[in-house]
Amino acid sequence: MSRGSMFGKPDWFLILVYLTLVLYGWLSIYSASAPDQGAPIFELSQRYGKQLLWIGLALFLAFSILLIDAKFFSTFAYAFYGAMMLVLIGVLVFGSTVAGSKSWFQFGTFALQPAEFAKFATALALAKFLSTRNVGFHQFQTKWKVLVLIGLPAALILLQNDTGSALVYLAFILVLFREGLSGLIIISGVVMTFLFIITIIFGELYVSAALLALTFLILLFRRFRRQWKSIGVVLVLSVAFVFSVHTAFHKVLEPHQRVRIQVMLGLKKDPLGAGYNVNQAKIAIGSGGMDGKGYFKGMLTRNHFVPEQSTDFIFCTIGEERGFLGVTVLILLFITMLLRILFLAERQRSDFGRIYGYGVASVLFFHFAVNIAMTIGFAPVVGIPLPFFSYGGSSLWAFTILLFIFIKQDANRLNVL
Amino acid sequence: MYSKNFSRRRYIIGGIFVLIALAFLVRLFFLQVVDNQYKMSARNIALRTVVEYPARGRIYDRHHKLLVYNDAVYDLMVIPKQVKNIDTAKFCRLLDITPEFFREQMAAARHYSSYRPSVFLKQLSKKEKGPIDEIMYEFPGFYFQTRTLRHYPYPIAAHVLGNVGEVSASDLRADPFYSVGDYIGKSGIEKFYEKALRGKKGSRIVEVDVHNRVRGSFQDGKFDTISVPGKDLTLSIDEKLQAFGQKLMQNKMGSIVAIEPSTGEILAMVTSPSYDPNLLVGRPRSENYNRLLHDTLKPLMNRAVSGTYPPGSTFKMVNALIALQDKVITPQTWFTCQGPDSKPIACSHYHVSPLQLKTAIALSCNSYFWKTFNRMMNDPAFPNTHDAYENWYKKVLTFGFGHKFHTDIPFEVSGSIPTEQYYNKLYRGSWNALTIRSLSIGQGEILVTPVQLANEVAIMANRGYYIAPHFLIAMGKDDTIPSRYTVRHDVAVQNPSYYKTVVTAMQEVFDSEGTAHYYRMDSIEQAGKTGTAQNPHGNDHSIFVAFAPVKHPKIALAVIVENAGYGATWAAPIASLMIEEYLTGKIKRQKLLKRIEDGDLIHNR
Repeated sequence: MSRGSMFGKPDWFLILVYLTLVLYGWLSIYSASAPDQGAPIFELSQRYGKQLLWIGLALFLAFSILLIDAKFFSTFAYAFYGAMMLVLIGVLVFGSTVAGSKSWFQFGTFALQPAEFAKFATALALAKFLSTRNVGFHQFQTKWKVLVLIGLPAALILLQNDTGSALVYLAFILVLFREGLSGLIIISGVVMTFLFIITIIFGELYVSAALLALTFLILLFRRFRRQWKSIGVVLVLSVAFVFSVHTAFHKVLEPHQRVRIQVMLGLKKDPLGAGYNVNQAKIAIGSGGMDGKGYFKGMLTRNHFVPEQSTDFIFCTIGEERGFLGVTVLILLFITMLLRILFLAERQRSDFGRIYGYGVASVLFFHFAVNIAMTIGFAPVVGIPLPFFSYGGSSLWAFTILLFIFIKQDANRLNVL
Repeated sequence: MYSKNFSRRRYIIGGIFVLIALAFLVRLFFLQVVDNQYKMSARNIALRTVVEYPARGRIYDRHHKLLVYNDAVYDLMVIPKQVKNIDTAKFCRLLDITPEFFREQMAAARHYSSYRPSVFLKQLSKKEKGPIDEIMYEFPGFYFQTRTLRHYPYPIAAHVLGNVGEVSASDLRADPFYSVGDYIGKSGIEKFYEKALRGKKGSRIVEVDVHNRVRGSFQDGKFDTISVPGKDLTLSIDEKLQAFGQKLMQNKMGSIVAIEPSTGEILAMVTSPSYDPNLLVGRPRSENYNRLLHDTLKPLMNRAVSGTYPPGSTFKMVNALIALQDKVITPQTWFTCQGPDSKPIACSHYHVSPLQLKTAIALSCNSYFWKTFNRMMNDPAFPNTHDAYENWYKKVLTFGFGHKFHTDIPFEVSGSIPTEQYYNKLYRGSWNALTIRSLSIGQGEILVTPVQLANEVAIMANRGYYIAPHFLIAMGKDDTIPSRYTVRHDVAVQNPSYYKTVVTAMQEVFDSEGTAHYYRMDSIEQAGKTGTAQNPHGNDHSIFVAFAPVKHPKIALAVIVENAGYGATWAAPIASLMIEEYLTGKIKRQKLLKRIEDGDLIHNR
């Protein structure tokens, strides 16, 4: 039996990008956590040593997935999903709390974060559901079933007080969009975000007045007048949304979330408090220059000026030590991976394979975009890891499983009738 | 799935991916490449410049005895912005300060700058800093800066050595070398040789971590500079002679300046009253300084260089030499003297008459020198008295009077030899020898400093030249001293026979008929001259100038004891004891020594 037939025909290019990212990530963790450049790398008391072990196990997982029959995942998609939901409930009961989030299963010194693994289970279940015959977004029940499918894990994770990981499930909107959900949902999402921001900055009254003025302006054009009813509805809904922003912002959000948003919008300067992380991160990245300070020369990231530098803020180490060239390489690697996944997804014969592929791409993209955006001050600080880079076994394994299930689907695509 | 009509949406999704990535790249380009603000911030946060203070040069005496060295002390510095969450009570306890003091110092430091270091607590000893030094990491924003304080093993020559103090605002403006809290030579040698003594500061750029702990040098010390220690100075001062001179002058006002004639090196420069230079060091400095500043006896004043006195009879040698040079008299010229009845200048006592130059010097006859001066002013070689005066004036100046030496003598003043123009103005052009007769006996408008007076005897000792009095013998290891410290200044009178006459007369001052015969020593041939300078403020100043040994002079000195009467009473014995001490190393005349040491002219007046 040749290797090809054992694995099917995996996309070696994608695997190569994956390996590059993992290696690049480990080198960054090494620099962020090793006392000096010559430190022995198999040091299990240190993060860089542990991460090496996690990478080894991740490669083992990847290898195993490639050996498993591709149909296994589509067949047992709901089983995976159901099991993960039970685990998510279990962690609410038996889990331990780290940094305010009750989202960990502790095994001695070692901890697992089920929320990370719920992503691939949800992606599988979503793919399975949407690839079912006669399911379509023209049916109302499809919409609410999908909402429950995605909303359930998000809600459970929210209950663990891990907002960042819960927000990741928003990424699946891209999958739904690809499969036919109206683009208006995305557009209205963007519009709502915009309204939310300008309302916080300028206040309800000004924004409402501006909306009203905008509506009149639109109605000046004769060809829009015929749709005055829908325009009116949009106006009323928008104004209602704008007036609910205040409540949402001050009553629903936690104080630390509120401050993070205010800091991001520049409404609050608090370089030693809520703004500390981002401020230090920006300084670290900004001081990297074109080609960086050099490996192991990041005087901010190496001297603990950036909090969470080997986990959520690992991007700073690259920004400071590798400079603009280094981060460009990183961003290009991610974009290459994402576009490659889209390309591979589109060539799937099965709907399941395609939809799952979009799920993988969407989740990876969301992590990539939000993580980098928060480190450079584009988004409020949301604690989610940079895939394959950030220190941590759970996230590395979860992303590896997520990706390699797709690689296996793709490897096996020609066997799908 | 019922339809695949949506496959074109892949471009929208791919487009979103690419768009976001591009937005990141643009943002990062501005953040990292265009904007320099973050590079500055990073340096401010993660780097600290540690100034390496060089050790200030040490000062030795002519026999390589250490006169000034450094003691390490530690300034506790604070950068207010970096002070976070410290246990103030513990901090105060370890430093033995009150919480009020802590608050005051912090407020003062913040007032100066939140980001720049200020001195929180000055000059802690190694012992005082010990307890807190071990746990400095508990107090971010604080660190120790090593400083050096001067220490003087011998409590002598305070005015010569000068002192070191914190830089003033004007020092800071004048020289960018200094920063707040630095030390600078404030007076004396410390000030004159500041640039050599201070050395070169070094700086180390170190990386600190978020807890303000030093993590190592920045870029392997690529931008570090090494401090260069200040140069050591060797001065011409003889520690033993200086200490001896100060002992002799205790409880008297005045000064002693002793010079090695062949080199111009100042062996001792005593001014009295004086003080222990260790008083102006460290934390009690300003209190002590204020006390000295307001003392009515002016102990801070260096009388040896900035006190001006009429030279009195010690000036007669100069007049004698110029008269001989101008041939208005010869050593054989006879003049008469009627003692205190003499006109227009009375002599102090009755003595042989008529008399010749040698005897006139030995007996310090005023009549003889008035007559000599009168001849000079009416010298037929010149058309009038004014031109004759101008001639005299120029010649006097060559003896080192009326101007500064411009060497390393601190706070030197010029003294004064009146110019022709001065008299023209004073007497509206109408004056003659009689008007200015006081000059003949070193009184009147002539004012000299003790250094100038010592230099005058050095000229006698050298028979016609001097080397500008100075302190520096060597600087650093291989620096040559400035050439102006070795250049020979020939005076207007060069004929050796004239000097023979004058020096012989000065020897006779110590003979049985001479004014200083009590202080004759059989073992050492001394040459000297008494002076009794009238001054409008009180009793006459007692002056004596001398050099010895006559044949190969090793020491020339001037002694002034203010308001002490005749030159022979106080100044002459002091000069003679100085000579004995310097040339033999011990004093045989213990009784005389005791009389001088015990003499109290300040409290028993």
